[in-house]
Amino acid sequence: MSSDKTRGGLKSQFRRNLLLGMAALPALSLLPRGALAQATSAVNTTNLAVTDSTVKVGILHSTTGTMAISETGSVEAEKLAIKQINDMGGVLGRKIEVIQEDGASDWPTFAEKSRKLLVEDKVAAVFGCWTSASRKAVLPVFEQYNGMLYYPTFYEGLEQSKNVIYTGQEATQQILAGLDWVSKEKGAKSFFLIGSDYIWPRTSNKIARKHIEKNGQKVVGEEYFPLGHTQFNSVINKIKLTKPDVIYASVVGGSNVAFYKQLKAAGINLSKQTLMTISVTEDEMLGIGGENIAGAYACMKYFQSLDNPNNKAFVEAFKAMWGADSVIGDVTQAAYLGPWLWKATVEKAGSFDVDKIAAASDGIEFKGAPEGYVRIHPNHHLWSKTRVGRARMDGQFDVVFETADLIEPDPFPKGYQ
Amino acid sequence: MKISVRNSAPRRATGELMGVALLALLILIVLPLGLDGFRLNMVGKYLTYAFVALGLVLCWGSAGILSLGQGIFFGLGGYCMAMFLKLEASSPEATKIQSTPGIPDFMDWNQLTELPWFWEPFHSLPFTLLAVVAVPSLLAFIVGLAMFKRRVGGVYFAIITQAFAAILTILIVGQQGYTGGINGITDLRTLNGWDIRTDGAKQVLYFVNAALLIGAVLLCLFVRHSKLGRILVALRDKEDRVRFSGYDVANFKIFVFCFAAALSAVGGAMFTLQVGFMSPSFVGIVPSIEMVIYCAVGGRLSLLGAVYGTLLVNWAKTLLSESFPELWLFAMGALFIGVVMVFPNGLAGLYQQYVAPRLARLFPRAVPRVGEVIPPPTAAE
Amino acid sequence: MFEGYTLAELGSIFAMQGFAGLILFSVFVLMALGLAIIFGQMGVINMAHGEFMILGAYVTYLCSTLVSEYLPALFPVYFFIAMALAFVASGLLGMLVEWGMIRFLYKRPLDTLLATWGLSLILQQIYRSVFGAREVGVVLPDWLMGSVAVTDTIEVPINGLFVMGLTMIITLVIYTVMFRSRWGMGVRAVMQNRVMAGAVGINTERVDRLTFGLGCGIAGVAGSAFTMVGSTGPTSGQLYIVDTFLVVVFGGAQSLIGTIASAFTISQAQSTMEFFLSGSTAKVLTLLTVVAILMLRPQGLFVLKVRR
Repeated sequence: MSSDKTRGGLKSQFRRNLLLGMAALPALSLLPRGALAQATSAVNTTNLAVTDSTVKVGILHSTTGTMAISETGSVEAEKLAIKQINDMGGVLGRKIEVIQEDGASDWPTFAEKSRKLLVEDKVAAVFGCWTSASRKAVLPVFEQYNGMLYYPTFYEGLEQSKNVIYTGQEATQQILAGLDWVSKEKGAKSFFLIGSDYIWPRTSNKIARKHIEKNGQKVVGEEYFPLGHTQFNSVINKIKLTKPDVIYASVVGGSNVAFYKQLKAAGINLSKQTLMTISVTEDEMLGIGGENIAGAYACMKYFQSLDNPNNKAFVEAFKAMWGADSVIGDVTQAAYLGPWLWKATVEKAGSFDVDKIAAASDGIEFKGAPEGYVRIHPNHHLWSKTRVGRARMDGQFDVVFETADLIEPDPFPKGYQ
Repeated sequence: MKISVRNSAPRRATGELMGVALLALLILIVLPLGLDGFRLNMVGKYLTYAFVALGLVLCWGSAGILSLGQGIFFGLGGYCMAMFLKLEASSPEATKIQSTPGIPDFMDWNQLTELPWFWEPFHSLPFTLLAVVAVPSLLAFIVGLAMFKRRVGGVYFAIITQAFAAILTILIVGQQGYTGGINGITDLRTLNGWDIRTDGAKQVLYFVNAALLIGAVLLCLFVRHSKLGRILVALRDKEDRVRFSGYDVANFKIFVFCFAAALSAVGGAMFTLQVGFMSPSFVGIVPSIEMVIYCAVGGRLSLLGAVYGTLLVNWAKTLLSESFPELWLFAMGALFIGVVMVFPNGLAGLYQQYVAPRLARLFPRAVPRVGEVIPPPTAAE
Repeated sequence: MFEGYTLAELGSIFAMQGFAGLILFSVFVLMALGLAIIFGQMGVINMAHGEFMILGAYVTYLCSTLVSEYLPALFPVYFFIAMALAFVASGLLGMLVEWGMIRFLYKRPLDTLLATWGLSLILQQIYRSVFGAREVGVVLPDWLMGSVAVTDTIEVPINGLFVMGLTMIITLVIYTVMFRSRWGMGVRAVMQNRVMAGAVGINTERVDRLTFGLGCGIAGVAGSAFTMVGSTGPTSGQLYIVDTFLVVVFGGAQSLIGTIASAFTISQAQSTMEFFLSGSTAKVLTLLTVVAILMLRPQGLFVLKVRR
């Protein structure tokens, strides 16, 4: 597999191994006492692809099509985590083997491939999906064939399944803390919501609007544009007309690039006009260009520039494996959590069986997470902190705020529906 | 391409029926025996696209009307079916955690508190089955009436249908409270209480689908051999002469366009049943053009060829994207170019040219002919 | 929505909105001109038009990286070099495609559609393999970003002005080439009656190749200019294709004036509606209106009267 070669190519094998080992150190604490290989018949009662020395898992992302842009990072992070786990001796003494399938940015293909992974390959777990639509397409398949999916993207919530662990944030986790921060810090009274026209921005903005109105502030505009839209001059005029304190943006994909370039060209200076986005990670910054978005605030749970030992080791290991130019966004980090959380759960349950994993997931911790400590909530989402970062010219964020405590995931928020 | 039609009509009909019988043998017996449940379900999905390809053979191959919007009709048929299934899956008991139980989950998320009026009739299965065919046909009729009566054809028609596909996608994605938005209508479970997700149900659905497809092929053959079919070919080649002979050309075009739409819609409905969801990604421009290539690979003039073409392209797509994801787009692109430049009559053309003569020498009596090939004149004016 | 604003404020908003419409108009014209030549004059449906545009965008990206690396002094003006190179690159590729593919298909317009669609898939995958699946950011010289303050309240984006100027120049050039030069006369002659044109000594094959190359080259320039307002990724080209075709068809395929008139109508309609309605709704309404008008007047706004 080509994944084992460094793209940077400069670092020696020894150094790389050392780095990978270092990155894995924090996770050592997760090793259960005496995790020696148990009999396969005992840890696998449901006929999964587990042998005495290996266990098969699936990676299901789009490597072709429009979503490949976003999903590449997740694939890389998952492969990194799996390699580190294997270097430490695998899961229950078994090396992880990866079967990678391409969802091709096409939802039925996702459903088809997930069925293949579960029915033909009998993988013990699948790390994958990115868009809500792809997750919605595979969810019935995972429920029907009782598979286990680790889903990395921050998403709109309103979902909970025995067969899915959501390693990204659901909407209220991501949104509320950021809104509170911007109200307090910037004294914001009025907001302009703008997003791409599909479920995640609409649901997120619905939650944002309720919260804004609860706080006695005002939404002065709410606009949606078709995916791939590239002309924002009219809405920028509307923004100029309504003079909001905060532009709250959830524009995605290619539209993002157009939106920020045109904002800048229209003379909206992001160091004066507060803009908060929930959709721009370091990945998107590459396309937008730091000079077009510098000064904007992003609200999510992870930034590459986070200053903690876990993250340093993670970033270094990631660059060692995938090249010094790689950037790591929120979702990439969440994807990295998947294999580790699965490993910890399998070892707690002492079994690869999906039912036992689903039951054992509650309370699983991962102290080695680059974002800091995370823990699985009974509703299969993660407790996590939310942070606000300020975009820099070089495509990174300065972390300007982080919540003091872990925020409880609440996929069906009362009062926000 | 010089293929003269020597045989007498009854002989040709027998040959075509034998071709249909062979196809039936393949999809009703050989494939189910040779494939496991998972692969069979995939073939079932491909076969739903074959309905679209059949419609295109009549529309494009016979009558010369290229629609780049067949995904619209496939999607509408699929959505009609999905609406029924979704309502059944959203019984008040199953959705009691919602703030308004008894409506589909995505409506609840979008603050709808009651079922929109146009969803109401889809509680009824007979109405749904009717709507699957009627809604797309009606739309095709309106579009056809507006276009063909004004003698819009050829390239213009292709581009306008393409615009329709774009419009419908934006509409479906934008009106997510009513349509499920970009996620589509997902998590469909039962049809009149019968669980469509089990392996057994999938097998039954496969056979229903295959049987319907055979039926559709026969129906298309019938249309083609009728006087109507011959007029279609005539108006493709010399529209003015047909018009001067006193026929109202537009009516024939409208009919064949509606017919193709209805076929696509049946495919869409079967797709929803077998795959378990419907989403706007089957409505847009890209799937619509892909469906044209299924037809072109099979041979735009051959009904049976269209079915084989659909199977072949999709099988290649799955195979390539499993083993060499990067190569897939290259292969698909090369296929488009190759089918146009090198073998414009597709698989059926190759069969006619190379296989059929040899078979005829080997078995002079019983040679199935894959469709009746009357290629359009290469030089238009 | 206008309570609480002074008349002056409203005035300047409308001025800027009018300007936004003009920018959209220029973008449409730029997109459609190349296609209008290829489709309108030659009758070839080039579904890969968007990919030719993106080729221009990638050329610009390469230029910006190379220039900022090796010739930082030239950076402020690299954009002009990039546009010229984009024209050449897309134009050459266009001529190659014409030679290898299109010339066999002049009599089968619907088949050019399929073949060029295949070409667009191949080009997309090539871009993906060469430049990566991620979007690339094209760094622009500072003077192109930002805005000019006309009055205290009216601000006009410079890149918008640039696109407008560029559109005007290209339109003028094309007009001169097609309607005032001997070569243009040749092109029009070939399109109206190929056999006759050949008989009077016009090298029709050469004319075809150059015309196709010209159309593609303009697409390349458009793509280069769009790096200022949009994104550059392997599949970005597909975003433009429907709009572009509608503009050309709506204008009446064989008339360049028609293309410009239709770009004006569509852009003004869209930008006005975007201001008063939400973005998605505006888009759907615009497309529906265009299609509705096309149904009533299928030949488009302007028709070239030719006896056949």
